[in-house]
Amino acid sequence: MTGSDSSLDFSFNRVAAMVRRYWYLLRSSWPRVLDLIYWPTVQMLMWGFLQLYVSQNGGLFVRASGVFIGAVLLWDILFRGQLGFSISFLEEMWSHNLGNLMMSPLRPVEFIAALMIMSIVRLLIGMIPVTLLAVLFFGFNLWSLGFALAAFFVNLILTSWAIGIFVAGLLLRNGMGAESMAWTIMFLFLPLTCVYYPVTVLPGFLQYVAWALPPTYVFEGMRALLIDYVFRADLMLEALAFNVALFAAASFAFLKLLQSARVQGSLLQTGE
Amino acid sequence: MDAQSTSAIAVDRLVKLYKGVAAVDGISFRLPRGSITGLLGGNGAGKTTTIAMIMGLVTPTSGTVTVLSAQMPSERYRVLHRMNFESPYVALPMRLTVRQNLSVFAQLYAVPDIDGRIAELAADLDLIEFLDRPTGKLSAGQKTRVSLAKALLNHPEVLLLDEPTASLDPDTADWVRERLERYCRAQGATVLLASHNMTEVERLCERVIIMKKGRIEDDDTPQRLLDRYGRETLEEVFLDVARGRAEHREAAQ
Repeated sequence: MTGSDSSLDFSFNRVAAMVRRYWYLLRSSWPRVLDLIYWPTVQMLMWGFLQLYVSQNGGLFVRASGVFIGAVLLWDILFRGQLGFSISFLEEMWSHNLGNLMMSPLRPVEFIAALMIMSIVRLLIGMIPVTLLAVLFFGFNLWSLGFALAAFFVNLILTSWAIGIFVAGLLLRNGMGAESMAWTIMFLFLPLTCVYYPVTVLPGFLQYVAWALPPTYVFEGMRALLIDYVFRADLMLEALAFNVALFAAASFAFLKLLQSARVQGSLLQTGE
Repeated sequence: MDAQSTSAIAVDRLVKLYKGVAAVDGISFRLPRGSITGLLGGNGAGKTTTIAMIMGLVTPTSGTVTVLSAQMPSERYRVLHRMNFESPYVALPMRLTVRQNLSVFAQLYAVPDIDGRIAELAADLDLIEFLDRPTGKLSAGQKTRVSLAKALLNHPEVLLLDEPTASLDPDTADWVRERLERYCRAQGATVLLASHNMTEVERLCERVIIMKKGRIEDDDTPQRLLDRYGRETLEEVFLDVARGRAEHREAAQ
């Protein structure tokens, strides 16, 4: 057993311990697993049938087959990615285990790495069955997007983690009073990142806001791919650049909020 | 070597203010390695805040805390693997079995033989029959034993206990105290024990620090405290301090 005074030290072993902790929890509770699949399925079905109706009536959506379903599935990657991160973190607060972890040799960076891994695990459990149902019901195969899907996924998951890290910091600093942020913060992105419509629909000043948010580039990229059959690598690179900045800002905010939580003494008492 | 490096815990002029109000108000003490010290005080005396600063969970407003020669909280990762704690303010995840919980924390603390250590603690703390039961399904006494097992997983050199027998029946509390005593004597661990239970403090501690309103009111061996206050039990001494009778007596003298 060795110790170092650096909070930047990283141990895969400790990350594995935390992933194991969340995996035990997930497999011990079928409602938690069901919750991962239920809402994405409902969303996909609702938007899928709406698209079916619209496409049967001609126009743009005859050409743009799959735009609605694609948007729903990509939005769920963004939303569920953040929620998976935040819920794993909230599990520690709900169980009053945060003090045990903060007092253990677990570094904040390892804790965050474990939460990121769990967000992917939860996302895969929720999304794989839903994407298969989309093929079954609507003949839309998200996986056929291939490399483009990988680019979309990387950018969306990076944004979801950045937001998840920021929310975790708020929870550490403000306790369970900030819990609602974990559930609602991403909905601010829904109109601004233009999930279901192009950026040009927004009024001029909001377009500037939209283009400052990485997911906007992904949803524009998706429409370019599904409507014009063009993969916009430039949009993906721009999204990545914004994501790097967002991730760095969220990590900095998390460390500052953790530091503030230590000053305020809110790490032991993480209730209301 | 200076006193700070020979002490397991050194607290020097420690202050913690919350919105201008002093929760801890300039306390200093040193705990030699292998000692068992009780931290007594009423609600709001500053015991938990003091322990939280020693653990590095709370940043002091001023003053210093050194644990095993590491400054807290800035150098906490140098020593956290050599420390552990138990507190009623924290709990282990309820849906995980006792074995899963202990195994996760053993991995976090880099315990070498995890299965062996869990088996050893389970035998010692009478947990064998509960190992594969969800922690949330256990009684309060059983949960306390599991928390104690978690606190002892890494053979800590410094053990911080915040009311370890709170809400336990007298028999279970006595049983827990006996196990704690045995561990500390065998390992030579340094223990700081915050408690309201005077029997516990009298039995386990060779030194008692009494806090009131964030300050240290008295600091001595249990016997010398009894002699000085002319009392037969620490409870009476505690009541004298808590109600200010000691000051009145000193003033009268």
